Amino acid sequence: MLHIVNKSPFEKNSLETAVRLSQPDSAILLIEDAVYAASGDTSAVTMLKDVLRDRQVFALGPDLQARGVDVEKVPDGIEIIDYEGFVDLVVAHESTQSWL
Amino acid sequence: MKIAIMVNTGPYTHQASDTAYLFASAALRKGHEIYRVFFYHDGVNNGTRLTVPPQDDRHVVNRWSELADQHGVDLVVCVAAAQRRGIMDADEAKRHGNNADNLASGFRISGLGQLVEAAVQADRLVSFGD
Amino acid sequence: MYEEDGAPGGIVKKIAYVNRRAPHGTIYALEGLEVVLIGAAFDQDVSMIFVDDGVYDLKRGQDTGVSGIKNFSPAYRALEMYDVEKLYAESESLQKRGLVVEDLIVPVEVLSSAEVAELLAGQDIVLNF
Repeated sequence: MLHIVNKSPFEKNSLETAVRLSQPDSAILLIEDAVYAASGDTSAVTMLKDVLRDRQVFALGPDLQARGVDVEKVPDGIEIIDYEGFVDLVVAHESTQSWL
Repeated sequence: MKIAIMVNTGPYTHQASDTAYLFASAALRKGHEIYRVFFYHDGVNNGTRLTVPPQDDRHVVNRWSELADQHGVDLVVCVAAAQRRGIMDADEAKRHGNNADNLASGFRISGLGQLVEAAVQADRLVSFGD
Repeated sequence: MYEEDGAPGGIVKKIAYVNRRAPHGTIYALEGLEVVLIGAAFDQDVSMIFVDDGVYDLKRGQDTGVSGIKNFSPAYRALEMYDVEKLYAESESLQKRGLVVEDLIVPVEVLSSAEVAELLAGQDIVLNF
């Protein structure tokens, strides 16, 4: 299952809930304000590094760029994708949940 | 693959409508079919033709209309959500005794059943919203 | 004029409606419930899952008289008549908010986070409200 999160982890608990209620082998895609979770020396990155042990994590590149998020500070393992990659992820997973 | 899309926020306030549009465009480029885009909650505001953004900004509503025009994408605005928020086609306006209608080109107004039907018929449903 | 299409022949999917937001502050819970009630005509395999602030949707004793907002909480009691009988709440969400099942307007099955995750993973369609 593909879990899509679009909220900053510093504003809402959507990412936390998506992690809590997703199974190993699922994928988490960060879009819009959720891309702030993917970079820097933060509690969110620490959580995502833990998540990466049994799940895939992706971040939408254009949203990182739009926000000036430091791509160099995105930890290894978090894959940066474009909109075509987003479509591929949706196709690759039998179901999709947006944690709105 | 048949992909259905749900849009739950209006244009400009939230990015979700932009993301949905860019996702839909990418899916079409990759040869997928957009089975339907269903607009719900404040998402119905994507369907007003009275939107006039500044000239140096994107025109969210026209972009959707062009998607319908160029790719035959079915753009459906939920009737119940639209009535609450003042989005009407000519028939709806007449029925409610309003002297104006504002539904943009390429959109149609229909029931919530169209969302569930899309969920059942399409291979994937992706939601965008707040 | 806006008649629903009815159930498309034969296909039965597992559809979960995940409620994560409290009522009244935003319209999501109310309009989400409207989808569930209309969607019931399609005879799908439906579950409703209440997590995070969504558990407040089911809180007993909601009285919107003075606030003037529509009180739709009694409509959750009608779900049974629409054959929507699988209602779940996440234990952690209830506990965190100091709620117990007796505080809720309808009976729900309480699930652990792992059980909710498993339930979600088995769905064909998940809609969040």
